[in-house]
Amino acid sequence: MVYDSRPAPSAPNVHVSATTERASVRMTLIALAVAFMLLVLVLPLVLVFSEAFRKGGEFFLKSLTQRDAVAAIQLTLLVAAIAVPLNLVFGIAASWAIAKFEFKGKAFLITLVDLPFSVSPVVSGLVYVLLFGAQGLIGPWLKANDIEIIFAVPGIVLATIFVTFPFIARELIPLMQAQGNGDEEAALSLGANGWQAFWHVTLPNIKWGLLYGVLLCNARAMGEFGAVSVVSGHIRGKTTTMPLHIEILYNEYNFAGAFAVASLLALLALVTLVLKTVLELRFGDELAATRRH
Amino acid sequence: MVSLTSSTHPASNRGNQPARAGWSFVKPSVIPGFGLTFGYTLLYLSIIVLIPITALFFKAFSLPPERLVEIATDRRTLAALWVSFGSSFIAAAINVVFGVIVAWVLVRYRFPGRRLLDAIVDLPFALPTAVAGIALSTLYAPKGWVGSLFAPAGIIGQFFAPGSWWASQFGALNIKIAYTPTGITLALIFIGLPFVVRTVQPILEEFEQELEEAAATLGATRWQTITRVILPRLTPAVLTGFALAFARAVGEYGSVIFIAGNIPYVSEIAPLLIVIRLEEFDQPAASTIAVIMLVIAFAMLLAINLIQAWSRRRYGDGL
Repeated sequence: MVYDSRPAPSAPNVHVSATTERASVRMTLIALAVAFMLLVLVLPLVLVFSEAFRKGGEFFLKSLTQRDAVAAIQLTLLVAAIAVPLNLVFGIAASWAIAKFEFKGKAFLITLVDLPFSVSPVVSGLVYVLLFGAQGLIGPWLKANDIEIIFAVPGIVLATIFVTFPFIARELIPLMQAQGNGDEEAALSLGANGWQAFWHVTLPNIKWGLLYGVLLCNARAMGEFGAVSVVSGHIRGKTTTMPLHIEILYNEYNFAGAFAVASLLALLALVTLVLKTVLELRFGDELAATRRH
Repeated sequence: MVSLTSSTHPASNRGNQPARAGWSFVKPSVIPGFGLTFGYTLLYLSIIVLIPITALFFKAFSLPPERLVEIATDRRTLAALWVSFGSSFIAAAINVVFGVIVAWVLVRYRFPGRRLLDAIVDLPFALPTAVAGIALSTLYAPKGWVGSLFAPAGIIGQFFAPGSWWASQFGALNIKIAYTPTGITLALIFIGLPFVVRTVQPILEEFEQELEEAAATLGATRWQTITRVILPRLTPAVLTGFALAFARAVGEYGSVIFIAGNIPYVSEIAPLLIVIRLEEFDQPAASTIAVIMLVIAFAMLLAINLIQAWSRRRYGDGL
């Protein structure tokens, strides 16, 4: 109880803790937070599923099994299957170099890794058009050698990698920094070689953080819109990923179809969120120390 | 969530090896693999980031300077930049208010559904922007679930429609959210919320409650404790969250274009103008606008790092 020199309140049984607010204030703040999150976050999500089934389950299934939709789903899976493993290897290499060693220019390297977070997705796509496009720097050479990058799958993969490569590295760097070099040094002094130290010591230490990073990287890779939109050329059934397919359907006023495909991506987002929450709850201390120490 | 904070953790700077005399690029270590991993990192970054970004700057600065200035000061370019930066600023400011409230409620109060609410905060990170875009635009369109409330016949809109008290005093107000700059701001609020919540939350979690008790024993009211003890301590985190949300919002494309209406000079954002210029085969204009946005993004990154350095100096820890 707080010492208070003022006359005792008329209802002396009301206990007011010094480190929290009155119940009415608490209720108002909770209501405000919940209402805001409902309006801005939850309702759009509910709407996606509701609109997807507006014309019934049959139309929903038809929208997903239509030829262009299947092609879009396949392309999305293909792009993620290439981009995510490449970023996985990069993420491990980058965090090994950055977390285990002290070298000049490290801060600059970290800034470079962070770059995609502050670059507009549209700009991420544009840079590849300027490099590989028909009027681009090496565009004429590519054309002469019959190599297609822009308005083709390689361009989409490149743009996706650009947008998603920081996710795994960014999760692993603080995690490996917090774990230090002690375990690896012990393994090496016991006669392990570098590979063995990585495979049997480092990897088990970082596996949950790695999975967490892969999860976020994959969600973004499958959902990327801006960067992919610039390099794809929107060739139906050929270079349209799921988000681009959604855009095409929506602009053709096929709203139920657009939301049907969108509901698949929303489902992916929900699964990602659930797995992420489970990882945070169960292995919170084995994840990066950026949140919840 | 990843990436929200600086990774230079003080605990990691453990110099186990005695420094050798003379200059060396990398501090000697028994851990192997520096050459391989550093080389691979550099190679990957060069192919994916450095060479393409260099191509962008090369393209923009190979233009004659007067053409560069002409594009940069074109009325439509300026209008698009103004729409992007203006609505991003408003959205980030709104996110600061609600982000702090949400973080506060999540950290300080226990109520049913708290964990669910906590998990949902990250939805904008996980939901593809195009999905968010079509959902928000359908929701807030004049016939949508929320938009219809604000339409002249709606529950809220009727108070501002012709014939209402408001209309007789101030003139009728037709509240439209989707297809206006308000819609852009709404989409940017959606995108930016987790940045503020996730930077403020850990600081609130680690806040020493003894300070609040001390303030209370010294006679401060709860309101004084909050405004003079707690909020100042949150300032660096709030500023960082603001900067992150702002930086993300400025470049945002997917969630905005569906709800924006995309009317030149009114609701056309800068990233959309880049796309339009590119589709007109006007690469110089697209590159110039992109360079302007990049330079501002770099400045934002720098600002974030300065805020964090300042906070470390002042409070002795990272954000």
